[in-house]
Amino acid sequence: MKVITVRYFAMFREHAGVAEETVSLDATTAKDVFEFTRERHGSAEPNGHCKVAINDHMADWDSPVNDGDTVLLFPPVAGG
Amino acid sequence: MIEVTGSALDTADLQRSLANPAAGGYCAFEGWVRNENEGQVVERLEYEAYEPLVIAEGQKVLAEAKERFGYLEARCVHRVGLLELGECAVWIGVASAHRDEAFKACRYIIDEIKVRLPIWKKEHYANGDSGWVNCERCAAHGIAD
Repeated sequence: MKVITVRYFAMFREHAGVAEETVSLDATTAKDVFEFTRERHGSAEPNGHCKVAINDHMADWDSPVNDGDTVLLFPPVAGG
Repeated sequence: MIEVTGSALDTADLQRSLANPAAGGYCAFEGWVRNENEGQVVERLEYEAYEPLVIAEGQKVLAEAKERFGYLEARCVHRVGLLELGECAVWIGVASAHRDEAFKACRYIIDEIKVRLPIWKKEHYANGDSGWVNCERCAAHGIAD
């Protein structure tokens, strides 16, 4: 089990009802964390158009996560 | 330079900040709050940004534009918070020796910013509803799974 802090933004924060939470889970990659939170909060958004960052660095969905990491989940962006 | 601000943009002041005696051309793009989107009447917009990564990723975009087009000066400022119709949500200015690189760099910067930076836009509609806007270009940009 790994302890991961997850931060939610925009639509994801509204779905989760919190901006941040710490969870314990069996996760190897960022995608595993995303799927865990998706199930936990009943989000229908697939990861395809979303982005992820680990410890304030943009990451890929197959990037490894380590115990103590902070994973930032970004819903589809819409700047400009 | 890329910045995020909760204050109204002074575009004349921003333009002056790019002054460079070697620049023969200047190009700017302003994104404004529009009153309609996909058939819905929009009353105002709300922008949210994750500033640490807006800055980090935005600096990469500016560096890429400089590498490709060789501008002299470039700057981008994006608003956050509640914006009313007609307000400037994003400003990009590029000064370069000749017009071609200014036009091209400006276009590159706004296109990349819209699909890469962690910025989200919530539309507030006349009927009282609201909704987060999804990126229109994501699939075309190869981000889709």
